[in-house]
Amino acid sequence: MGIRRSWSEKTFEIINIMVLLGITIAIFYPFYYMLIVSISDNVSVMTNQVKWLPINPSFKAYAAVFKDPLILNGFVNSFVYMVVGTTLNIIMTSLCAYPLSRNDLYGKNLFMKLIVFTMFFSGGLIPLFLLVSNLGLINSIAAVVLPGAISVFNMIIMRSFFQSIPFALTEAAHIDGANDLYVFARIILPLSKPIVATLILFYAVSQWNAFMGPLMFLTEKANYPIQLFVRNIVIEGQTSDIGMAIGATGASAAAEKSIKYAIILAAAAPVIALYPFIIRYFEKGVMVGSVKG
Amino acid sequence: MMESSRWMQARRNIIRGKYLYLMLALPVVYFALFKYGPMYGVVIAFKDFKVYDGIMGSDWVGLKYFKRFLSDPNFWTLVKNTIVLGLYMLIFGFPAPILFALLVNEIRQKWYKKTVQSISYLPHFISMVVVVSMVVTFTKEDGLINQITGLFGAEPISFLLHAEWFRTVFVASEIWQTIGWSSIIYLAALSGVNPEETEAAVIDGANRLQQMRYVVLPAITPTIVIMFIMNIGSILDVSFEKVLLLQNPSIYETADVISTYVFRKGLEGFQYSFATAVGLFNSIVNLMFLVAANQLARKFGNSSLW
Repeated sequence: MGIRRSWSEKTFEIINIMVLLGITIAIFYPFYYMLIVSISDNVSVMTNQVKWLPINPSFKAYAAVFKDPLILNGFVNSFVYMVVGTTLNIIMTSLCAYPLSRNDLYGKNLFMKLIVFTMFFSGGLIPLFLLVSNLGLINSIAAVVLPGAISVFNMIIMRSFFQSIPFALTEAAHIDGANDLYVFARIILPLSKPIVATLILFYAVSQWNAFMGPLMFLTEKANYPIQLFVRNIVIEGQTSDIGMAIGATGASAAAEKSIKYAIILAAAAPVIALYPFIIRYFEKGVMVGSVKG
Repeated sequence: MMESSRWMQARRNIIRGKYLYLMLALPVVYFALFKYGPMYGVVIAFKDFKVYDGIMGSDWVGLKYFKRFLSDPNFWTLVKNTIVLGLYMLIFGFPAPILFALLVNEIRQKWYKKTVQSISYLPHFISMVVVVSMVVTFTKEDGLINQITGLFGAEPISFLLHAEWFRTVFVASEIWQTIGWSSIIYLAALSGVNPEETEAAVIDGANRLQQMRYVVLPAITPTIVIMFIMNIGSILDVSFEKVLLLQNPSIYETADVISTYVFRKGLEGFQYSFATAVGLFNSIVNLMFLVAANQLARKFGNSSLW
């Protein structure tokens, strides 16, 4: 009996491990596949030989991508939008979250209701587009970063964190006559580094990944973030944008494939680089239990 | 007398909180301008909006554009596509993270569990453009998917040029993207399962599958019910960005949904009033679903979004 049970136990364990190994490979392999194709030579890409390891690896495709001035400019734009956007996000989110975390704020519930309502109902694409264009923001960085300045979800997470800071820590300062700005800047913020760091990561990722805003509000290629170039080149097949890059590698279908994967991976690279930090903060459990406002 | 002292009290509270209101000033302006501004802009759905006349100056036309949408030859296709895509996600997309969480929960090796989880969250953080770029290139005739199905003797297909394949591609890629991240809430619920109960089941002679079926699954059923109701609430709220990026004119028959139609008519066709009316129709239906689902959750699960 005992032997039989441990037998079925073992079979279960092994099957479970294998199934999850399969799922994990299915999730990860596409990224790996793009990497090996992007650095393999054209002939082996053409004949579909690249499966597990790169063949005659070289970084020609990446060199070609970064030689293209428009695409390089796209990366620079994305980086600028990310830094400016995230800074604005953090400032605006904490300005919003702290007063709303205070129970003694008169009208707090009304503010909260009006803000949470915007999570469930919006005016829609066209009115937003008309608003941004009436404000004269089309083709400016403001059009990219302003409409999403505060994510209500992130604001609620931050507010919950502020609420969890014991009142005893700020009481003394309040009694000594310190005003709320001082308490916020000198006591609350220094205690909130973990949540600020987490939100910086989350906002930075979504700024880098942003697509709808730039698509709607930017019309000049010179202003495009990299995501729009990836969409135009890979999804819409507008090879005119990388005509120069392909020309430089000897216009073949295989070269085009490698270059496309190189662009896709390059556009995902900053997020992949931030990913270990995201996981680390995540494991610290900063987000857990703070979701419900 | 009572009234006036209440006002005095309120005034005192407001004066005492003046720095807090000062902090709130910018966020309030932001929400008023960028969230409530467009809600005001929705009135152009009831007007014949002309850019030159502005929102105020354009003429009222009542429900003209709503009527036009209801009699639009595309109306039923759009509604059907939106609902079918939402239903497919509910049927196939909803159980996937639950099964995944149940399997992950059974792993005894801590490092393996951690690795599986960390890798499974990755696609959630990758941009929609990059994910769809991968899907588009992999589903081409010489793409990765066809190379794999070719091993089993299947004929290569350009999946995204065939209307009948769109939903499969959409749902499969959506599961790939979200299975890990969506499993978090179930894993959190699973970590609350009392180990004494599983031990009792072991003593009663239950094998691992029976333990999962009779002890672990019932323990997370409340979470599953709530998540299911919430999913029904957002059933018509299909991932707009993803559909927009994945679709192409040759597969509009199955791939065009209400929100992408709004985008095309409004921003590419400049029919601002018509597109706003269609968009408003879409968000009101979505909101109704969400409110109804929330009532259900409140009734059966003692849980609510608000």
